Amino acid sequence: MIENRPFITVLAHITLLLGVAIVAFPIWITFVASTHEAVRMTQVPLPLLPGDQFFVNLKTVLIDGVGGSGATPVWLMMFNSMMMAMMISIGKIAISLMSAFAIVYFRFPFRMGFFWMIFITLMLPVEVRILPTFEVVANLNMLNSYWGMSVPLIASATATFMFRQVFLTIPDEMLEAARVDGAGPLRFFWDILIPLSRTNIAALFVILFIYGWNQYLWPLLITTKSEYFTVVMGIKQMLESAEQSPDWHLIMMTALLAMLPPIIVVLSMQKMFVKGLTETEK
Amino acid sequence: MLKRVHFGPSLLPFLLVAPQIAVTLIFFMWPAGQALYQSFLIQDAFGFSTEFVWFENFQLLWEDRYYKASFQRTALFSISVAALAMGSALVLAAMVDRIIKGVMAYQTMLIWPYAVAPVVAGALWVFMFDPTLGIFAYALNTIGIDWNHKLDGGQAMTLVVIAATWKQIAYNFLFFVAAIQSIPKSLIEAAAIDGAGPLRRFWTIIFPLITPTTFFLLVVNIVYAFFDTFGVIHAITQGGPAKATEILVYKVYNDGFIGLDLGGSAAQSVILMAIVIVITVIQFRYIERKVEY
Repeated sequence: MIENRPFITVLAHITLLLGVAIVAFPIWITFVASTHEAVRMTQVPLPLLPGDQFFVNLKTVLIDGVGGSGATPVWLMMFNSMMMAMMISIGKIAISLMSAFAIVYFRFPFRMGFFWMIFITLMLPVEVRILPTFEVVANLNMLNSYWGMSVPLIASATATFMFRQVFLTIPDEMLEAARVDGAGPLRFFWDILIPLSRTNIAALFVILFIYGWNQYLWPLLITTKSEYFTVVMGIKQMLESAEQSPDWHLIMMTALLAMLPPIIVVLSMQKMFVKGLTETEK
Repeated sequence: MLKRVHFGPSLLPFLLVAPQIAVTLIFFMWPAGQALYQSFLIQDAFGFSTEFVWFENFQLLWEDRYYKASFQRTALFSISVAALAMGSALVLAAMVDRIIKGVMAYQTMLIWPYAVAPVVAGALWVFMFDPTLGIFAYALNTIGIDWNHKLDGGQAMTLVVIAATWKQIAYNFLFFVAAIQSIPKSLIEAAAIDGAGPLRRFWTIIFPLITPTTFFLLVVNIVYAFFDTFGVIHAITQGGPAKATEILVYKVYNDGFIGLDLGGSAAQSVILMAIVIVITVIQFRYIERKVEY
């Protein structure tokens, strides 16, 4: 600190607390709503302090689902979301590690052609090309499957770029030494490159997990069978199916559950998250 | 780009890039080509016949006042979201720079909305502003503001802007904190010795020096508002009331999947792709030119 101005320090704390309050308020309200019974959630004004129905609602949502009989239980949606998030993040990391390795460490025909082809995918978010991508996936018979939910989304260039950047900083002597010791390309990749980029892999995983878990439009389009619904799209359907009088206590409980895994990942791996965010985007 | 020490040509590198290239070709190149091709076609309402019409779809869009309105709306929406999210994040980041104790605690409390899915964020805000039940709607009613975003287009827009902003503050905050911390302390100290107060130091030293980050974030925020807010809008307003919140991405979805106007939707996709490419090129060109201290 350059100078001691208690007034400004106090002002800074007040501003930050205010910011935290604004940012956190919706989550508090969600939590409060998830702890009351249905009747209380129809009386204006809604409560600001938690009730005692948290575990009852939790059980209802997880096992019975929301929206009467035949609704998808939320545990299944959570499982689907988890599958999708894991397949997207692991898939992206795997194919990007491999292609970055090839592009940085091998001289082969069309090397730059491949590089530019990957580069172009950086530009287009899935929202922009949904309709034709949907048709392709439908033609490949991948609707209503975990593969269909995840594989089209692992075509992205950010991860390849990051690994390329990481590999370029690894000293040449590593490869020379490995060669002297008689290691082939795959062994060098597996025993030296991957261990050296471990922290980057972890950082990227945090970002990709959140990205995968929060996918919405894509699973919404390609899943029609309720056994493949993800929790993020489940919330929207709950809002819709109960347009007249939504079961807010159950919907908010589901929202809480839908936020939980990515928030846990962010908070428990905060350093990795910040690293991943600042390194993949720049 | 290529390592000075590298492996010679063999089949292996092709095998290594194969999965990435396969996914890129099947799920990216092919659909993008399809979108381009489809944007030159007009299909009748029942899908019986298709006609190749060159640029008629684009011409129709050009004349379509709903499309123009959607363009203006998207501009308003993304500028509001970018300005609000960046402004509040910058204030918070500048404040974090002033304090010593509790930096990590504040950061932890501020970053987690980043992890919330857009559609979940939408659900939270639509709940709080529900015209009959919502806690904010109730508060607004008691001070005499009649809140109903299901009927009032302006209020609907306000609500989606708030929800989209709420999610983006965390991201901007982290980048601004990193940028402010990377400014050499000696510069700030020199200014302080010369008698510049905190506010003056902020405007004449800190703010100009973080311009690259500000510009980068501006691009990222606009891209976010253009594309990633689909879930927010889908949960809160579905583009309504009376198309008051139908931004471009939402219109692509609405015209294609709901309205089944494949050619028109594809033409809109192509225009969006062009916008993304232009934004990306601008970003890359600018970021290469680092600002000199």
